[in-house]
Amino acid sequence: MSLLHTPPNRPSGKSVQLMTTCLCDTFYADVAQATVEILEYLGCDIELPDGQTCCGQPAFNGGDWKSSRKVVRHAVKTFKGDKPVVVPSGSCAAMIFHGALLAFEKEDDLPEVKALGERTWELVDFIVNGLGVTEWPGKFDASVSFHSSCHLRGSNSKAAVHQLMGTIDGLTTKQFDEEEQCCGFGGTFAVSFPNVSREMGNLKVENLIKPNPDIVASADMGCMMHFGGMMDKQGMTIKRMHIAQILRDSLKNGGLI
Amino acid sequence: MKSHQAIDITARDLNAEIKQSTYLASKAKTEKRKAILEQDYQDPDKLREIAGLIKQHTLENLDRYLAQAEANLIANGSQVHFAVDGDAANQKVLQIMQENGAKSMVKSKSMVTEEIEMLPYLEKNGMEIVETDLGEFIVQIDDDQPSHIVTPIIHKNRRQIAESFEREGLGEYNDDPETITRRARAYLRQKYFDADVGLTGANFVSAESGRIAIVTNEGNARFSIAANKIHIAVVGIEKLIPSDRDFSLFLNLIGRSATAQQLTVYNQFINGPRSENQPHGPEKMHVIFLDNRRTEVLASECNEILRCIRCGACLNVCPVFRQAGGHAYRSVYPGPVGAVLSPLLAGNRYPELADLPKASSLCGACNEVCPVNIPIPELLLRLRDRAKKEKIKKATKGTPALGLWATLCSQPTMWKTALTMGHTMNYIPTEIIPHPAARAWQHARKLPKFQGGEFRKWFKNRNKS
Repeated sequence: MSLLHTPPNRPSGKSVQLMTTCLCDTFYADVAQATVEILEYLGCDIELPDGQTCCGQPAFNGGDWKSSRKVVRHAVKTFKGDKPVVVPSGSCAAMIFHGALLAFEKEDDLPEVKALGERTWELVDFIVNGLGVTEWPGKFDASVSFHSSCHLRGSNSKAAVHQLMGTIDGLTTKQFDEEEQCCGFGGTFAVSFPNVSREMGNLKVENLIKPNPDIVASADMGCMMHFGGMMDKQGMTIKRMHIAQILRDSLKNGGLI
Repeated sequence: MKSHQAIDITARDLNAEIKQSTYLASKAKTEKRKAILEQDYQDPDKLREIAGLIKQHTLENLDRYLAQAEANLIANGSQVHFAVDGDAANQKVLQIMQENGAKSMVKSKSMVTEEIEMLPYLEKNGMEIVETDLGEFIVQIDDDQPSHIVTPIIHKNRRQIAESFEREGLGEYNDDPETITRRARAYLRQKYFDADVGLTGANFVSAESGRIAIVTNEGNARFSIAANKIHIAVVGIEKLIPSDRDFSLFLNLIGRSATAQQLTVYNQFINGPRSENQPHGPEKMHVIFLDNRRTEVLASECNEILRCIRCGACLNVCPVFRQAGGHAYRSVYPGPVGAVLSPLLAGNRYPELADLPKASSLCGACNEVCPVNIPIPELLLRLRDRAKKEKIKKATKGTPALGLWATLCSQPTMWKTALTMGHTMNYIPTEIIPHPAARAWQHARKLPKFQGGEFRKWFKNRNKS
């Protein structure tokens, strides 16, 4: 395995399971809500498995694969069936279809874990490549600096995000320096390497806001929690939105929902 | 900010000038690399993937290719030696020098000789060694360590270099780069003629022909070989490629990846010692293939790291390397590649270097630029898992324990209770939470408002209405 190649031939369809992500479950309710609103606008029937918690990524990245497997096993148990699983986070999606496979390499239940990965989609990847939506309706009058989170590297999601944002009436995308640079979150890295993480975050924030965007956006709340938390600490008031919120607000502004 | 991790501490305390020059040089190299690849190739990623497959194939058939390379090298007139470790390689070099009555050596840049600390070994045994790569020459006169695979003195500025030259009697203080280079050139020129042995590494060895490719930008490898009677090449066993045809792919990639050049300035193909009808060149050529735990790495679940062609692109792009510099990695190979390779090559020193794989946000930029497509983040992760299983403090300290968290996340009832209870977070000043991870988080960031369970409630009620 190498870069995060999105798994091929995943099932699509309008009956989906939503993986809320632990961050939206605890801190970012409106991002999950926006995800539901846009999927329903697209005609999806959403099942929200009640027992869901987390994808296991914090322990996986932190090096505690044993703990991570415990959480992944729980996710596999929770997301039963064969519907597509949609996640409003590139990193959680990648944990399920990429990271978990590494952590389970020598485990007997690898096939079950793999099966979950083979039906898991990052939200925007699902909208564009699963449902075949190539233009986004509505209106969104704002300029956006979009932070490409690292887990979009090599996956279909990055192109999908720009595909949709590029077609929204009124939206302009800002170019900025070192677009590919990580924000410095990295899960437990942010606390085990606090100095390097902070400097990476400062650089990211500086680059993101330099072109004076109206909004700073991302497809991952992990990154936004980190560099957004830094912006809050520094008293910056620039608006931050998840891509799902931009898509939802575009529909609202266009009177479509 | 207080930290438990050595590389984080080094980055925090690194001299601002060094940090800035490392950052700017690395950023510029990364941008130029990308520009030249995109300018010259329609799909540069495909090339990286193909090169990765060729290298992996070679590694998986290394027994066969090594035997083939040996046979061809011998047929070309070279003498081939195999060294199990650094000591064996160093002894062999010394032995060759002694048997030929040699007293002095000029050597071109070679990471593998840094790895086995050949220079101090030979000096201790009475040999005079001169590094002929300008950067390595400066490292040598300063008794310093390289901080980058390709640009070993990325941590130095021209004032420091001018001071070193003055100290060594190479002229009065002058920090003009051209003057510095001319002085080094004049000094080294005589050394080439005076030396008894020329030593090089090898960038690639073709198993098909036994031909060795060496790339330099200064022409010093060529000079080291041509002016001497004996050429010794010390080569890691992972340097093999199957055939001469593969040179084209790898030489095209190494120049662009390392220094954003379409081709490195000097590309030499060495077939063996000079033949009878050649007027010049070494009369003897020795090739020493070095294992030094490479076969152990090959047998491990991190064997992809042996694809590495030492271009340094992963260092240049790495946000941690850019802040911490090469010395932070406390080993010959710094940056992302070093964070994987150094602990693996360390043998019983492994616990001392087990923290290196933690020095990454796992952003994946290293994988994205790697000319042989090494999945470096995966290998870092595997080594993190190993350190955790082996309970190596140096690696795990500073990382919050996640066992309880895993239990919470596998018990939905507990999880939902936590979603409710968590709301108290909004009523206490979270800055006072006496947990090291909470403190580390909040020294630079605020925590968001807790909204546990709100989405679930909204979703449920919405379905009712």
